[in-house]
Amino acid sequence: MDNIIEINDLHFSYRDENGNPGAEVLKGVSLTVRRGEFLAVLGHNGSGKSTLAKHLNAILTPTSGKVIVDGIDTSDESKLFDLRQRAGMVFQNPDNQIVSSIVEEDVAFALENLGVPYEEMRRRVDESLKAVNMYDYRLHSPSQLSGGQKQRIAIAGIIAMQPDCIILDEPTAMLDPQGRREVMATIHRMNREKGITIVLITHYMDEAAQCDRVVVMDKGSVVLDDTPAKVFSQVEKVKAIGLDVPQAAELAWELRKAGYDMPEDILTEQECAQAIMKLFA
Amino acid sequence: MLKDITIGQFFPGDSLVHRLDPRFKIVITIIFIMMLFTGSNVICLIVGGVYTLLAITLSGVPFKMYWKSVKPLLPFLLITAVLNLFLVDSGDTLLKWKFIKITEGGIDISVFMMIRIVLLIMGSSVLTYTTSPITLTDAVERLLSPLKKLKFPVHELAMMMSIALRFIPTLIEETDKIMSAQKARGAEIDTGSFMTRARNMAAIMIPLFVSAFRRADELATAMECRCYNGGEGRTRLRQLRSSGMDYIALGVTIVFYIAAIVVAKITV
Ligand SMILES: Nc1ncnc2c1ncn2[C@@H]1O[C@H](COP(=O)(O)OP(=O)(O)OP(=O)(O)O)[C@@H](O)[C@H]1O
Ligand SMILES: [Mg+2]
Repeated sequence: MDNIIEINDLHFSYRDENGNPGAEVLKGVSLTVRRGEFLAVLGHNGSGKSTLAKHLNAILTPTSGKVIVDGIDTSDESKLFDLRQRAGMVFQNPDNQIVSSIVEEDVAFALENLGVPYEEMRRRVDESLKAVNMYDYRLHSPSQLSGGQKQRIAIAGIIAMQPDCIILDEPTAMLDPQGRREVMATIHRMNREKGITIVLITHYMDEAAQCDRVVVMDKGSVVLDDTPAKVFSQVEKVKAIGLDVPQAAELAWELRKAGYDMPEDILTEQECAQAIMKLFA
Repeated sequence: MLKDITIGQFFPGDSLVHRLDPRFKIVITIIFIMMLFTGSNVICLIVGGVYTLLAITLSGVPFKMYWKSVKPLLPFLLITAVLNLFLVDSGDTLLKWKFIKITEGGIDISVFMMIRIVLLIMGSSVLTYTTSPITLTDAVERLLSPLKKLKFPVHELAMMMSIALRFIPTLIEETDKIMSAQKARGAEIDTGSFMTRARNMAAIMIPLFVSAFRRADELATAMECRCYNGGEGRTRLRQLRSSGMDYIALGVTIVFYIAAIVVAKITV
């Protein structure tokens, strides 16, 4: 079993106060994610990204269709805690996901809930704090930390559960550039060193460009699903959905349109610069 | 500016009292309060006073801070004491001059009660000054845990308390932001008549409440994602360990309490 996430024809609509289903928010999403993969999910506001993410650890369950994460059907309530331990979730606002007024106790929160014995908990908390480079802050109060630091604490709280997969819903949206860099570096390190599968929902094209694979959602369906280079070379299609492409990809596309011979898989400024140099050579 | 507000007034430190097990500290404080109210004579109060001074000295927090905790209440205490002194008429008459009459009962209720309350405030401040609010919450949860058998929601109350403590700085910061934003739009909050100010407070409270509800909703989801499922089967990172020192402190307190009881019996 090499796929950690298997979503099959997922339909979902939120229910109103009276229990009546509203308009469909997810309209038949099918998606598989390989173990160890780093996946980015793009899509403009209201396209259903957060709704999809919440299906991955059974905060929401499908109206119809199936979601299997690490071999567990998310509709199976008897395995709820097992599932949530394997698929951790980090949200946008760091303030609203930190529970305790002491950093290390917040990191321990999930372990306390799971009833992990003290010695093991202590070890895992310290390890997780070191993994996100926040060990020196373990006795601080979260309110003294920057946004990026708080978000790293939230990530440490998830890593402590030793999950196979982490789903991050716009984790950098409220951070300054420095905080964004810290958090992205941390996520990439977790993926590389611990082999944790990452599903990163983001609005930043440069973050998506660094991933293994990009999924673009529009109005509740997956419309593009490929490597970043392939996705961002379809500049017109991406723009039609209302998204941008990374600046370098856009420049290359403009040059191609103007008749210059630019390769299609340009993502970074460096690649772009090299290709342009080649044109003049 | 709002950020300067300290809640619970905890003074971090590493004194002997700081290091005591918070559960013991709570129990000791309760015994201390009983001690203050055992008898009404000078020696009893001296016992209580010596104990309070001892605790304050060992706490390592400057005496000034304890004085600060009493000061705001002092005028109020003095007025009640003076009124009681002249108005209470019970027991032997000690002094009679024209219409002024001071009785033993009057002294008891006014002077002694005032000293007792001052000692009570100072003594219990030793607890709150040397124990962080979150530790205190934790200790209360554990002391009350036998009540869980009676279906009393001990864990839930403690969880609410600790979340409240966690969000106080966040909400204070947010209030500051909203106030600045509303002031920038011309809301009069620090100026204007009482009525305009009261009305304009709504411009702060409403956004604050809306945001607090949104936060609560997101926090609940985040807690669920981290397998929160009530208090059952939870383990804790924070270990409360009692040491020999805790038993010594408790023993000393009990000795003082017994001394107070004995003194009260003998001199009655
Ligand atoms: N709790 C809810 N109840 C009812 N409708 C909801 C709820 N949450 C989201 N929706 C609706 O579902 C749709 C998809 O929302 P979702 O939050 O999944 O989008 P998103 O892609 O995450 O957007 P964003 O980029 O703004 O985060 C939106 O039309 C939204 O109005
Ligand atoms: Mg969203």
